Amino acid sequence: MIRFSSDHLKIPCMKRPVYLVAAGQSNYARAFPDRRTEELCIEAFAMAAGMIDKSPAELKRYIHTCYYGHFADHFGDQLLGEAVIHDRLGLDPLGNIGIKTGGATGGSALWEGFKTVASGYSDCVLVMGWERMDEVPTDEGNFLISCAADKDWESPLGHIYTGYYAVMAQRYWQIFGKAEESFRKTLAEISVKHHEYARFNPYAQAPMKLTVDDVLNSPVVAYPLRALDCCLMSVGAACAVLCDEEAAWKLVDETRNKPLRIWVSAGSHTLRPADRMHMDIPLLPNETPDQYKDLNERFPGADRYPGFSGFLAARMAAYYGYGMTGITDPAEDLDLVELHDAFTISDVQSYEDLGIRPYGYGRDYVESGDCYHTNPFSGQPGKLPSNISGGLLGCMHAVGATGIMQVFEVAVQIWNRWEEYHGDEKIWRSFARDKPEDWTNLQVRNAKRGMAISHAGVGSHVTATILMDPDHCIGGDP
Amino acid sequence: MNKFAQAYVENDRYRLTGVFHHLTAHTPIRDRDDGWKLLGITNPRSMTYLHSYGGEAIFFESLSRGKLLGTRCDQEDCESQGMIYLPFRIHCPDCLGRCSVVDLTDTARVGARIYTYMICERAGAFSLLEKPIKFINVAIDGVATILMSYLSVGRPSIGMRVIPIFRTNDPTYTITDLSWVPEGTLAEALPDGFNFRTTGP
Repeated sequence: MIRFSSDHLKIPCMKRPVYLVAAGQSNYARAFPDRRTEELCIEAFAMAAGMIDKSPAELKRYIHTCYYGHFADHFGDQLLGEAVIHDRLGLDPLGNIGIKTGGATGGSALWEGFKTVASGYSDCVLVMGWERMDEVPTDEGNFLISCAADKDWESPLGHIYTGYYAVMAQRYWQIFGKAEESFRKTLAEISVKHHEYARFNPYAQAPMKLTVDDVLNSPVVAYPLRALDCCLMSVGAACAVLCDEEAAWKLVDETRNKPLRIWVSAGSHTLRPADRMHMDIPLLPNETPDQYKDLNERFPGADRYPGFSGFLAARMAAYYGYGMTGITDPAEDLDLVELHDAFTISDVQSYEDLGIRPYGYGRDYVESGDCYHTNPFSGQPGKLPSNISGGLLGCMHAVGATGIMQVFEVAVQIWNRWEEYHGDEKIWRSFARDKPEDWTNLQVRNAKRGMAISHAGVGSHVTATILMDPDHCIGGDP
Repeated sequence: MNKFAQAYVENDRYRLTGVFHHLTAHTPIRDRDDGWKLLGITNPRSMTYLHSYGGEAIFFESLSRGKLLGTRCDQEDCESQGMIYLPFRIHCPDCLGRCSVVDLTDTARVGARIYTYMICERAGAFSLLEKPIKFINVAIDGVATILMSYLSVGRPSIGMRVIPIFRTNDPTYTITDLSWVPEGTLAEALPDGFNFRTTGP
């Protein structure tokens, strides 16, 4: 790996601002035996068009290039899936490209679209992501996912990605969680929260009213991770439309949407956690050089960074993203986040990588109640609500779509349209679901800024997508 | 009778024998809740790949002989000169020069500890490991990286001293030919086909 130079650490400077004008998604399920992938993509596209009062045909007139993300050709047994979807959307012969970075595919597709508009190559782009994980049974699906590990050094060991990830979880659990029962309960609270929020989300795959005991008693997958600590395997699609300023205002004219400023940044790390070398902790704006000097004393065993307990890729994505947007403290500067809760414990790890809490103290974000829409301890709005969609635990993990789903969810919050897209009975009925009687409006009041984190596997790729109401950007925006 | 797919190399070309794919009929998938209307078909697929280990082949062959190899960058002008890598790296990730191969067998026998672990109750399709799988990541003295493997005997714990064992009888020539056992484990307790010792050059 590199040793940082000033060139490596340059904060990206885009040539012109980029805006998100609309987004859409299908609903999500373990399987859609009666629908082809293209049908799900067209549903997502139609929703995006409808969001800005356009027909799909009208929206297509603006699009110049297309960015398609799906993680695994072999899940759908279709190479060049981007060509199929592009054709079915009727967007040929416009330029398009397929993007795959594991679980970060959705965010990476946004990254590509964002850079295209910022560069001036296109004024309006479509970013679409999908995944088809129902064309193989679960054990075979696990085998295919394990192929995203090193095929010679990791995959043959069980062909189960949970195992490769869970060794990281074990280290965090024992070193930072101190293997405490209280920490185990905190992890379970994350699952309870995300499955609960999924109950109010008509698109979500796994709405469940759970207790902490339900989580703690669910079948062990890889101790301490139990089934309800683990993300879903899903099918579905999501899309976003990004524009330059002129095209953005043209598209949203006389609609309920305002163009939102969007920035996307990316980081990476080795595919094999085995190869992660020790390094000094790269600091975020709200951290000081001294604060981690005694980390190994406070948490014996934390002498190696990132070791197996931190995701350097997430930290780098945050570093570049905060630099581009002027964020100095995400807990203060953001109103909501959608994080990559592939496992309850990876959620906690990411709180630290992103600077929401310092390394070693991620659990406090949950235990303080800050992560909730409504803080259960104070009854007041949560300081920085996370995963109101239900996240990967409760809503979905249709891998290529996940990062874009998160952006949809953050965007409808900033547009103050969460209730419209989650509370409408017609939407619930269209998915053959009953809107719960205790349905709760999870609109975050005065949401102006949000962030979505799209993350691959054990942290080989992470993107940070930051959205802001253009009238509430932070000073210093280039 | 169909033979297993086999390949060898002669004059830099693959020579293939046996069957590399099997034809199996598609079967319809119907909707029981809707008059058994057709929804799709199964697509059975059985295919054998030819995979090249390239410069890593020596590592996988050496496992079958009871040796654990790593690599070291010996390039004089490299910032990482002297860095030892396991997993084996053909090229130094810093200078991209070709690494030297080093024998870490004896080092691993005296200086290997579990850095982290996970006991996994499930496996994916095609896994040949017995469940539960006791994944371990092993830190070896002097090695910059931390190898993923599995424990064959006992329960893992962070910091546990472990000794490598090798499948020298009927090797698979995969990473599963390397496993570990706690220090002090007797030879009789090793899984079938595995032993402690080097068996060849």
